[in-house]
Order: sequence, then C-alpha cells, then structure tokens
Amino acid sequence: MSDKLLKVENLKIGARIYPPGEKPRDIDIVHGVSFELEKGKVLGLIGESGAGKSTIGLASMAYGRGGVEITGGKVWVNGREILGTSLRDLRKLRGTEVTYVSQSAAASFNPAKKIMEQVIEASLHQGKFSKKEAEARAVELFAKLGLPDPEKIGDRYPHQVSGGQLQRCMTALALCPEPDLVVFDEPTTALDVTTQIDVLMAIKEAIRDTGVAALYITHDLAVVAQVSDEIMVLRMGDMVEHGTTDQIINNPVEEYTRDLVSVRSTQHDGKPPTDNPILTVENVTARYKGTNFDVLHNVTMELHPGQTLAVVGESGSGKSTTARVITGLLPPREGKIHFDGRDLSSDLEGRTRDDLRELQMIYQMADVAMNPRQTVGTIIGRPLEFYFGMRGAEKKKRILELLEEIEMGPEFMDRYPAELSGGQKQRVCIARALAAKPKVIICDEVTSALDPLVADGILKLLENLQKIENVAYLFITHDLATVRAIADSIAVMYQGRVVRYGPKAEVLEPPFDDYTDLLLSSVPEMRLGWLEEVVGNRKMASAGN
Amino acid sequence: MHPVLKLVAQRLALSTLLLLAASVLIFAGTTILPGDVAQNILGQSATPESLANLRKELGMDQPATTRYFNWLFGALQGDLGTALTNGRDIVESLSGRLKNTLFLAFWAAVVAVPLAIFLGLLAVRYRERWPDKLISAVTLASISVPEFLIGYVLMYYVGVKLGWAPTVSTIYDSMSLGEKLNAIALPVTVLTMVVLAHMMRMTRAAILNVMQSAYIETAELKGLTSFQVIARHAFPNAIAPVVNVVMLNLAYLVVGVVVVEVVFVYPGMGQYLVDHVAKRDVPVVQACGLIFAAVYIGLNMVADIVSILANPRLRHPK
Repeated sequence: MSDKLLKVENLKIGARIYPPGEKPRDIDIVHGVSFELEKGKVLGLIGESGAGKSTIGLASMAYGRGGVEITGGKVWVNGREILGTSLRDLRKLRGTEVTYVSQSAAASFNPAKKIMEQVIEASLHQGKFSKKEAEARAVELFAKLGLPDPEKIGDRYPHQVSGGQLQRCMTALALCPEPDLVVFDEPTTALDVTTQIDVLMAIKEAIRDTGVAALYITHDLAVVAQVSDEIMVLRMGDMVEHGTTDQIINNPVEEYTRDLVSVRSTQHDGKPPTDNPILTVENVTARYKGTNFDVLHNVTMELHPGQTLAVVGESGSGKSTTARVITGLLPPREGKIHFDGRDLSSDLEGRTRDDLRELQMIYQMADVAMNPRQTVGTIIGRPLEFYFGMRGAEKKKRILELLEEIEMGPEFMDRYPAELSGGQKQRVCIARALAAKPKVIICDEVTSALDPLVADGILKLLENLQKIENVAYLFITHDLATVRAIADSIAVMYQGRVVRYGPKAEVLEPPFDDYTDLLLSSVPEMRLGWLEEVVGNRKMASAGN
Repeated sequence: MHPVLKLVAQRLALSTLLLLAASVLIFAGTTILPGDVAQNILGQSATPESLANLRKELGMDQPATTRYFNWLFGALQGDLGTALTNGRDIVESLSGRLKNTLFLAFWAAVVAVPLAIFLGLLAVRYRERWPDKLISAVTLASISVPEFLIGYVLMYYVGVKLGWAPTVSTIYDSMSLGEKLNAIALPVTVLTMVVLAHMMRMTRAAILNVMQSAYIETAELKGLTSFQVIARHAFPNAIAPVVNVVMLNLAYLVVGVVVVEVVFVYPGMGQYLVDHVAKRDVPVVQACGLIFAAVYIGLNMVADIVSILANPRLRHPK
C-alpha cells in the first residue's frame, strides 16, 4: 500500500449532538467509507450537505471539527497509518504533507496578520524552508495563481484584497510547504460565478504544475467535473458511486447520481407581460445613510400579476438593496414605487397595514428568519391573527390548509424550527408569507443555502403556488440556472444599474451586452473540458481586442 | 486625513469634554454639600462678622458660577488653591502623594497585568480541565474577599509570623528603590489579588470567543501547537477587549486604593483624601476628585485608542 499516497479503509466518523430539550446523543456521520488516491491525482467528493464530504476530507489530516470524532477505520498517508499516531506526529503531517483550503478564505485568514506571514507560517514552523526560500516560493505561487502584483500582495492584510484574490492566497498558503495532498473544501462556493471561473482555473493549473494530489470537495457536480480525475458520490455518510469523472457525468449507474446530474433540467416557459403591472420600480436612485455615493442608479423594473421577475447579479450589484427600497426599509433618494395602481410611501412608517400585507418577503436564511422558540403553528398563525384577526378553530383550519399547500403534514404544527430540515424550514417561511394573502412576494436568494435537489423542490413548490394563488414573485438570485427555471422576465444588475431587462427569451438570447455575456458564459456546465473551452475563448477574445 | 488619526482626535476631544463635565459635577457636588466651610473653620462660637470676613476672604460671597470658573482656570494653570485646614498649597502637598500612589499602582500593574494575561492564556489552553478550574476558583476567591481582610491576614501571617515583609508600608524619598519595593510588597500583593480575577477572566473569555473563528482551525491545520495557536493567532485578535479591562483595572489601582493605603498606612492620595474629607476641607476634596477623574478618563481614553490601533481594518484601510 505504500504506492498509494492516501488510502482510506472503512472510515467511520461520529459526533455527539445536543438537541434542544433532550439528552446529548451520539450519531454516525460517516459509516465505513473506503477509497484510494494516487500521487498527482484529483478525487472529487460530491454530495449534499450532511453527506460527510468535509468530514472525510478533514479525516485525511486526522482532524475532527468541533465534537466530531473518528470512531473506526484506518487512514494511511504516504504509507503511514495516521489515526493511531500521537498529536505530536500529526502536527508534523498537518501543514506539510497534507494541507487544507477552506470554503471561506475571508474567515480562514487571521485578520490581524499580513498575508505573507500566514502563507509561509507552516513552512517555517515545520522547518521545511528558510524564511527567504519560503517567501520566494510564496511570490512564485502568487504569480502562478494570477494574483496582481505578486511581489507586494503578501504585505497586505486580508481585508485589503478581494474575496476571489483571498481564495487564491489560501490556495498559495496550502501549496507553499510543497505538500503531497491538498484538501480543497468548497473553495469556490462562496465566490461570484464570474470570479469562480478564474479561481477554478488557477487552482487547476496549480495542481497540474506542482503535481500535488487533491481531494476536491463540493456540492456542485459541474464544478468538480472540471477539475477531478475521479469522482466519489456520497450520501448521508455512505458512498453511492465511485468512478472516473467521465463515467459519473456521462454514464451514472446509481439513481441518486443520475438525479444529481440531471437536477438542472427544470424548465419553465416565460409568460408574456400583461398590460397592468402589479409592482413598478420607477427610476429609483438610493444610497445608504451616512455614505456619499449611490448604490442604486436609476433602477426601473416592472412585475406583472402572477409572474416572476428574476433580478440577477453578483454580490454588491444592488439586488438586495432594490428589495429594501421596495419594502420601504431604505427610502430612495429619487424615484417611486407603484403598487397595484397606487403609490407606496417611500418609508415604512407611511405604509398602511394592507400595503404591508400585500407585499411579503422570504429570506435566504430560513434559520434566522424564524423565532426558534415558536412552533411552526405559531409562526404561520401570526400573520393570520395580525392581518385577519383569526382566532381558535378558524385559525387552525387555515394553518392546516397552508401546511398542505407547502406539502407538509398536520403533524408539523407543533414542531419547532430546530426539528426541521433546511428545505422544510424554507417551506414554513413560504407558508408564513402566503398566510398574509400577498399579491407580491420578494424572494431573496431563497434557494442559495439549500442543496440542489432540495432547492429544486422549493422552486417547484413556488411555481405551483403561483398557479394556485396567482401571486407574483420578485426573485433575487445570483444563480442563473434558477433564473432559467422560474423566470418570466429578467433584470440583470451590475454595479447598481440594470444593464439588461426584458422577457426571459429576449434577455437570454444573443446578442448580449458584455456583462451579461460574461455572466452567462461563467455558469459551469456539466461536461468535461468546459472550463478550458471558456478560458480559451476569453483569451482569444481579449487577444482579438 | 488618515482615518486612525481622525478617530484618535475624536477620542481626545471627547475625553476633554468628559473631563470638563466631570469638573462641573465635582464642583457642584462639593458646593451643595450641607455645612458652611467658614463655620467649620472658626467653630460654633464665631461671631457673624468674623464669619462674613472669612467668607469674603475665601471668595464664598461670589456666585457659584464665578467660583467655578476661577477654580477651573486655576486648575488649568496648575493652581488648585490652598487647603483650608492647614493653609498649604494643595498642588505642593498633592504631588508627593500622587507620586506615591502612582508608584504603588505601577508596581501592582507590573505584577498583575502579565500574570493575569498569562493565567488567562493558560486557562484557555486547559479549558474545562483542572488548571482552568483551579485558576478560576483561586482568582474568584481572592476577588470575593474584602481587600482590607486580605490586607490584615497577610500582615499577620506574612508580616508578623514569617517576617518576610514590613507590615507598615510608609515610604520616604530617602529610601532606595529596593527598600521601597520591600516596603510595598504586601499592598502590591493585595492589589494584585483584587484586580487579577477580572482581567484574567476577560482575557479567557475574549480568547475563547476568538477560538471559534475559522482562522484558528487554519492555524491548527498548519500543525502549530495549542499554545502557539492561542498566543500567535487568538491573542492578537483579543487585544481590544483585554486592553479595555486592563485599563479599567489600572484606573482602579489609582483611584480605588483608598482602603489599601489606609490599611498599610501608605502615604498616597487615598489616605490624603480620606483625612481631608473628615475635616471638610472642600478644596482638597475637589482637587483629589479632579485628579482621580483625569486618571480614570485618561486611562479609558488610552484603552479606546489602543483598541482603534489594534484593528487592522482601521490601521490599514483599503
């Protein structure tokens, strides 16, 4: 077994959990997973949250996050079994032989120290390089990863570089001590789609040039298809399928893998706009209190009854700010909001109870949008009392109706949010919004925190509810696949402006403006060689200019 | 202007304003105290004429605002007036006392601050295990016992029974540093025990809070030892809250030592203040109040400024 870099045999991992109001109990996270990895190869670990991907990745460094404990099995790195060794020996392994790139570089860099200091720390600590050698190597890696000004960027503090740059610095941090294996844990998930493509390419090239082996963990099959040689599909701590990337993408054997591959197949034909929009945002310009620059410039869009307007853009493009203006949380400097034939007051205080009722919101984090000490029944019942004065049996009947609409049984009425899964929580939030009988619901990244299959279920539910209740959605998202799946019309936002707007068919049809083109072509496609193709096209385009 | 300079300038301006407000409170507070200073000095048998004369001499016949501004401008020029009881210049008698108090506070801080931070780091390293629990229990016990009791207990056992340190801490200018340190050994020990727990627990809490961060995991996965992780990666991010509580305790060391000074007959500000409160010597009480307020506000301002400087986002803007 010494020819294998990493060998994992029958790995079992457990954790102690502390459910509210109950005694702590032990659960199994990973039940007996085995795999091998050769030098210089990349293995993609894919699955939904709770599948045990990160836990397995960290186990290759014999590390358990929080209360996680490795309960059985064996892990060999370079022929040495590491689970039974002392902490002292493990410290020699960590940071030199095996290194780790986390999902959020912004959180994983120490804000009080310069980037260079952190990138070379492990090499110095382990005595692998002298300070001079390590710094030279770091600069070389910065250059290889396409960071601007590689000589100087190390002198900056983490907050002084962008998210995409920091993620590349994290990759440099992991590669600096010349490890044999790097664990990439969702390294591009937190990035905008246009940034993701550059970081992905940088990581892929760095892996190729240094000959390092990697475990690449992600929930996005299209991403992992671009970088890995093999893919292992995990579900609830069990291996579902393990094969070459080509086989998994093109000939999946297991049904679950087939579901994952085809999850983006939802389609929805856009409806034409009607004569009377229910919601009109007219020439809105807005800035935040205490700042001296506008974050929205002359934003105009219309939403028609029973339809879905998708607002897409990267983080910082002004999507959520637009929602804040519509809901009255941020009064605009200029411009108006028309709703159902009337002008809405620009600030919250000036709005009537009906204004509030007819315009509801659903948020990205269903977790924090609910009071953890209230039952599902109380949460859904609150708007019924507040807007309609319902009480007793009448209220209960309506709550049960709403639960049925969101495809959840009456037994959920007495449950607390902590007892629900991520998808169920978001369904409860949808029911709460529907309880007010709104005409418009603003959905702010409602599926972003959910796994693809669960998100797909939520989108289907929203579409069905639209047919039944004739409610209109203003759907804020950065995910173009979601847009394709549900939108009737689309507004593309960039730096506080609407750069492209119209019915879905028009917006997604060439000729494109530069930004929309960049955005659309950056969405990973589930086929081999896509990444090289896009990057190649862009290089040619920029050379042509 | 660099944002840090701006913030620091704001802090300075705010502190000055605060000190001014404190001076108003001190003056108003001492002015509305019941009792007549002239009556106090001259006694019950004084004639109305002599009382009126003394009041005029002391400027008591003028309105309170005029007296306040006279006092304030005097104080700004380093003149805090003369003590009513003995007619001596207050600044002159105070300066020696203040020096002694600062001397005591300084050495207490030199012992207590590093010890508290070290114990805090140690408690984090062995959190929820016996060293952590022992440190918590001992420091909590020492803060819970009144300081005069600790003082007398130490005096009896360490001073009288063992004879390791003098029980009376009176110091003179003519003493060498070694002799002075020997003299203040016991009060320094008492003060250390009083302020240790607060600082140590804050250090522990602040660092434990930082230990939840993702960059601590990064440091652990670099193969650093637990103590390196805490000292290099956690502590620099916990400086702001730690400095705040350290400064609060330094201020206490200067302002709150009255009891300890009296117990050990130490010639500091606290004892001086207590003496003159008993004699209703209003100008001295005002002067002491003003100095205590200045020390308190000054140290807290330093804490604020250090917190600002410790924040890399403010120090190195984009």
